[in-house]
Amino acid sequence: MNIINLTRDHDEDFVHRVEEESGQKVSLCYQCGNCTAGCPYTFAYDIPVSQIMRLVQMGQKKTVLSSKSIWLCATCESCTTRCPNNIDVACIMDVLRHMARREGLAAVPQVKTFWDSFLDSVRAHGRVFEMGLLINYVTKTGRFWTDMDLGPKILPKGKLALKPHDIQGKEHVARIFERFDRESNS
Amino acid sequence: MSEAIAYYPGCSGLGTSKEYDTSTRAVCAALGLSLVDIPDWSCCGSTPAHTKDHTLSAALSARNLQLVSDMGLKAAATPCPSCLTNLRTANHRIEGDAFKAKVNKLLDDPYGGDVNAISVLQALVETVGLDTIASAVRTPLKGLKVACYYGCIMNRPPELMAFDDCENPMAMDNILTALGATVVPFPLKVECCGASYGIPRPDVVAKLSGKLLEAAAGLDADMIAVACPLCQMNLDLRQGQINRAMGTSYRTPVPYFTQLMGVALNIPDAEIGFGQLNVDPRPVLSKALSGAD
Ligand code: SF4
Ligand code: SF4
Repeated sequence: MNIINLTRDHDEDFVHRVEEESGQKVSLCYQCGNCTAGCPYTFAYDIPVSQIMRLVQMGQKKTVLSSKSIWLCATCESCTTRCPNNIDVACIMDVLRHMARREGLAAVPQVKTFWDSFLDSVRAHGRVFEMGLLINYVTKTGRFWTDMDLGPKILPKGKLALKPHDIQGKEHVARIFERFDRESNS
Repeated sequence: MSEAIAYYPGCSGLGTSKEYDTSTRAVCAALGLSLVDIPDWSCCGSTPAHTKDHTLSAALSARNLQLVSDMGLKAAATPCPSCLTNLRTANHRIEGDAFKAKVNKLLDDPYGGDVNAISVLQALVETVGLDTIASAVRTPLKGLKVACYYGCIMNRPPELMAFDDCENPMAMDNILTALGATVVPFPLKVECCGASYGIPRPDVVAKLSGKLLEAAAGLDADMIAVACPLCQMNLDLRQGQINRAMGTSYRTPVPYFTQLMGVALNIPDAEIGFGQLNVDPRPVLSKALSGAD
């Protein structure tokens, strides 16, 4: 059990930034627990989503941004749909991962690597190239492909194309990423 | 013939969900719903983009919506709920001028915000209509017991998706009923299947998709009809992995609802594409249909 010193670690600026980037008022949360009750990932989370909400209210930046939960949230929208105060909880989870990325934090690194490999593929081809994505992921994580047993099931059916479907406007898509990188570094 | 709708297949439509794409095209053509391909469409960014940044995600979607606008069309339909969420979220967020300006800064051609995005499911129910579907049936699916599984984001959050009921959606149930099938009341219609965690966290998918297979079997359903490429992949392609992890031995077919429509409308087998699935629905299907009178 982690002991958290609420007064010492309180970071008010963090609370404001979460509210600004998500457009949500975190103070509206009265801890009813509906979001956690409906969250299909609670079993895999280190901190249940309603507690993430509480920790955000308390300005516990480090604890929140280092949590595994924010990388395991599937944006299934159950919490957002069922929150009695109409808080877009899933959007807050999204914004927390954006912030964690900027702080160089990723408590479930293979999830971040998988998403990054996906976006690399889109940047290179304009569309996601599933086979290239898998190879890229395996190379980056140094993991043996855990899905090796699926290969024969899809490959003969021609489902995993071995060549990318590059689009003609792939430079347009690449430029979206380049401009985004420039904007975020400026 | 209704007004043409732009068609956005999504990346998986070219690969792992080919049969969803071919069956969708064939069924819509048979029902007089004119879907027009978007020239040179690109990836919407899917989950990875919105987990990285909302402006980047909206720009990847907006490029496609602007292409639709260039075609002179006002609506785009996609079979994929994940694409749909991204396209609709982009539209919703760029209603704010500051956000719109940030998105357009990333694009070659700025997007005006004038293209609506809907699901193919919604187009079938609202533009074509259940009566037209029912009267086009050539082979009624009598005797087939189906559980309809919508996945977590087809209808959620309701303010954004603006279609059907967010806790108990009925669009697919109603279509399958119009085809003559028996639809079981499936309590896990909108529960999450494990989404895109199949590769980084297969244990999570085994648990969540395992629950869905168990519930469908408990209701004695012959198969689970789906509308999402990711759900289909988790429930069907990973069914062996799930069985190994959970100590079960399911062999439940998980066809796309458009494939079942294809059977009822006598669409050629090549376009239905049952052979592309892991668990082939045909044996169960012919058994169920031959049991009917
Ligand atoms: S459902 Fe809403 S109010 Fe209830 S704990 Fe979750 S965020 Fe707070
Ligand atoms: S959106 Fe994320 S936090 Fe909310 S219920 Fe789904 S998985 Fe849980």
